[in-house]
Amino acid sequence: MTSTTKLKVLGINIETIKLLLQVIIFISIAGASISSRLFSVIRFESIIHEFDPWFNFRATKYLVNHSFYDFLNWFDDRTWYPLGRVTGGTLYPGLMVTSGVIWHTLRDWFGLPIDIRNICVLLAPAFSGLTAIFTYFLTTEMKDSNAGLLAAIFMGIAPGYISRSVAGSYDNEAIAITLLMATFYFWIKSMKIGSVFYGTLTALFYFYMVSAWGGYVFITNLIPLHVFVLLLMGRYNHKLYTAYNTWYAIGTLASMQIPFVGFLPIRSNDHMAALGVFGLIQLVAFGDYIKSRIPEKQFKTFLTVSMILIAGLGIGGLIGLTALGWIAPWTGRFYSLWDTSYAKIHIPIIASVSEHQPTAWPAFFFDTSMLIWLFPVGVYLCFQDLKDEHLFVIIYGVLCSYFAGVMVRLMLTLTPIICVSAAIAISKLFDVYLDLSEFWHSSSSTRTKLFTGLSKLLVLSSFTYYLFFFVYHCTWVTSNAYSSPSVVLASKNPDGSPAIIDDYREAYYWLRMNTAEDAKVMSWWDYGYQIGGMADRTTLVDNNTWNNTHIATVGKAMCSSEEVAYDILKQHDVDYVLIIFGGVIGFSGDDINKFLWMIRISEGIWPDEIHERDYFTERGEYRVDGQAPKAMQESLMYKMSYYRFHELFMGRDAVDRVRNQQIPIQNAPELSVLDEVFTSTNWIVRIYKVKDADNLGRDLKKASAFGKNSKKTRIAKKPKIDLRE
Amino acid sequence: MKKSTKTSVIDDLVNTINTTYSDYVKSLTPRTKLIDTFLLYLLALGILQFIYVLLVGNFPFNAFLGGFISCVGQFVLVVNLRLQYNAENFKIFNSTPERALGDFIFASLILHFIVYHFIN
Repeated sequence: MTSTTKLKVLGINIETIKLLLQVIIFISIAGASISSRLFSVIRFESIIHEFDPWFNFRATKYLVNHSFYDFLNWFDDRTWYPLGRVTGGTLYPGLMVTSGVIWHTLRDWFGLPIDIRNICVLLAPAFSGLTAIFTYFLTTEMKDSNAGLLAAIFMGIAPGYISRSVAGSYDNEAIAITLLMATFYFWIKSMKIGSVFYGTLTALFYFYMVSAWGGYVFITNLIPLHVFVLLLMGRYNHKLYTAYNTWYAIGTLASMQIPFVGFLPIRSNDHMAALGVFGLIQLVAFGDYIKSRIPEKQFKTFLTVSMILIAGLGIGGLIGLTALGWIAPWTGRFYSLWDTSYAKIHIPIIASVSEHQPTAWPAFFFDTSMLIWLFPVGVYLCFQDLKDEHLFVIIYGVLCSYFAGVMVRLMLTLTPIICVSAAIAISKLFDVYLDLSEFWHSSSSTRTKLFTGLSKLLVLSSFTYYLFFFVYHCTWVTSNAYSSPSVVLASKNPDGSPAIIDDYREAYYWLRMNTAEDAKVMSWWDYGYQIGGMADRTTLVDNNTWNNTHIATVGKAMCSSEEVAYDILKQHDVDYVLIIFGGVIGFSGDDINKFLWMIRISEGIWPDEIHERDYFTERGEYRVDGQAPKAMQESLMYKMSYYRFHELFMGRDAVDRVRNQQIPIQNAPELSVLDEVFTSTNWIVRIYKVKDADNLGRDLKKASAFGKNSKKTRIAKKPKIDLRE
Repeated sequence: MKKSTKTSVIDDLVNTINTTYSDYVKSLTPRTKLIDTFLLYLLALGILQFIYVLLVGNFPFNAFLGGFISCVGQFVLVVNLRLQYNAENFKIFNSTPERALGDFIFASLILHFIVYHFIN
């Protein structure tokens, strides 16, 4: 849209006005994308959300309190008791280092001592503004700056991306998507002009991405795939060679600097595609050189012979090296991408994570609104001019649509490309329909003018309406679905006034204040990071899930009878057991609903002691009421959940509001190896203390039966809520 | 008949190599000659390191990888430079030899910085 004649409006050059407008639009986009992510801070408070962010937050605190080298060598003995975790070598440090750098810059250079928590909370919204800008650049490379601006605003407010980047969701994805877009932008740029400089920048951003998120493998495979398809289409040129080689040589070397990645780039199959394409492009370049020197027929023979040789060597080498164990085979998450039931059968721990479930169809509309139906149009338009860079959009779009269908969390990587191609589609439409020049220049009759004008007006107004609707939808989804910290739950009182359920922090604070500093707390792994972050107590398992056996041990303790569980608890020095129980207020994400996964995971390790079938009724139902099977009723989890539950119902049958089942009074469980020490206001968190062995050498069942006649002692001390850190 | 096709294939191949080689020698300028010698040197260095690893073992694996990848990386960077120096390619890249050299130095510096970091 560059005009050769210099137009002037009010004496100012029109290009200047355009630039000014673009800057203003950028500032507004950044403002919109940041402010729409602040719902949770305004409604609740500046707090870290969910589970993984609590670990990142804890690691960041460690980083700013210690030196960078301490951080890289960090051995954490407060998780995975008694094993510990080599935290420094098993995390992606990009996120923590980023906030650490921001914190130091603000404090040392600007004299602004900002609490590290606020930096962590607001990091994701801040980076979303940058994502919008990089999306603009990427889309500008695809079409023009009009499409770029549209893509930027789409990217800024699309719920699919907001879901992982609201204020407080301090997770790797928060900065990774920004880096994804930056890497892709520099890749397209370097590929288009064949510049070593941009290739190096691609590699540097790739390195940053590797340091920030395990999803870097996506780039590692997408760029080679793009190159590979271009080679297959016979579109080799020297620019492609330059860009790809620069990126691969520097990027691979750089990615090996991250301790967690280590030698993976030359060892694991995930990275072999990139290496293969690297080799291939050398051969193609060589072939291209030879082709320019000799006649066609000779070249054909040369090509066939060398092709057969190379293919044989390559495939044989890959299989041979994998068999010899030099190259690690593909990981479980990779297999579960192709075979959706793979994880459920082989690795229940992966399948048990809710974000690894297949996506439900409405989620696509929910997360991207109208963009989802503009997405194919954009891809189609890319097919229309099919330049090298458009091919990238097509490959990215096709691959990611598949992946997003397999795993909910990969919706996140699909969203950027949906925004880009939808922006291409809409801006193309606006290019055609906003072109009003014919009204001044053409000689057509008034009648035709009227009709074209009307049709244009109709299309434009309906799309303006769609755009408004899109903004409205995004805001609504963000505010209703993605702005809950999940540490603090929002609810409503019977009279409709808002109520806040703060049981988690109540319980964690109780742990922090009332237990010994080295107390070991056992809980299901979901709560490991939160206990470590908020209660600062040692945990047995956490969300890192690196040791399946250890998790299975905890699962076994939860699902076996008291006697069996007691031995396990004592073997692992457990002092407290923490469970989540939603039966009182109807909170569905509680441990009884996750119980099946505990059973499945421990059955994977102890197939002759735990049987999933035992926990279902004869008719295959999952019940907790009077018909619950014996194994269920005797499991530690069941007993801990419903212990003293009937006291709430004054001796009548208790009603579990999550599962809508009645638990008869005669089924009220008795606990003999654990003491209840804390139950939060709404009963969401219950904490039990493991009893010591009996002084008189009786087993604990007898001992507690004896002591039952004496008066009950329950610690009913509640923490002072206003004394919060 | 089989034999004849086989010999013709080999003939073709030999022919190909010969023409390409003579063409290549003809197209050399002092500058590209220098670059190509450097490329050969890097290639030899890489192969030497590989043989060393096969014979002696890869104990400081970092060091080997650093050395080997620095050879490979430098190799492709030099090839990039050579492509951009080639007068036929000026139009494709839309850049000047000076710019190519600048880019080359920038990329090499980063490459070697990382290599130094890698070999400890």
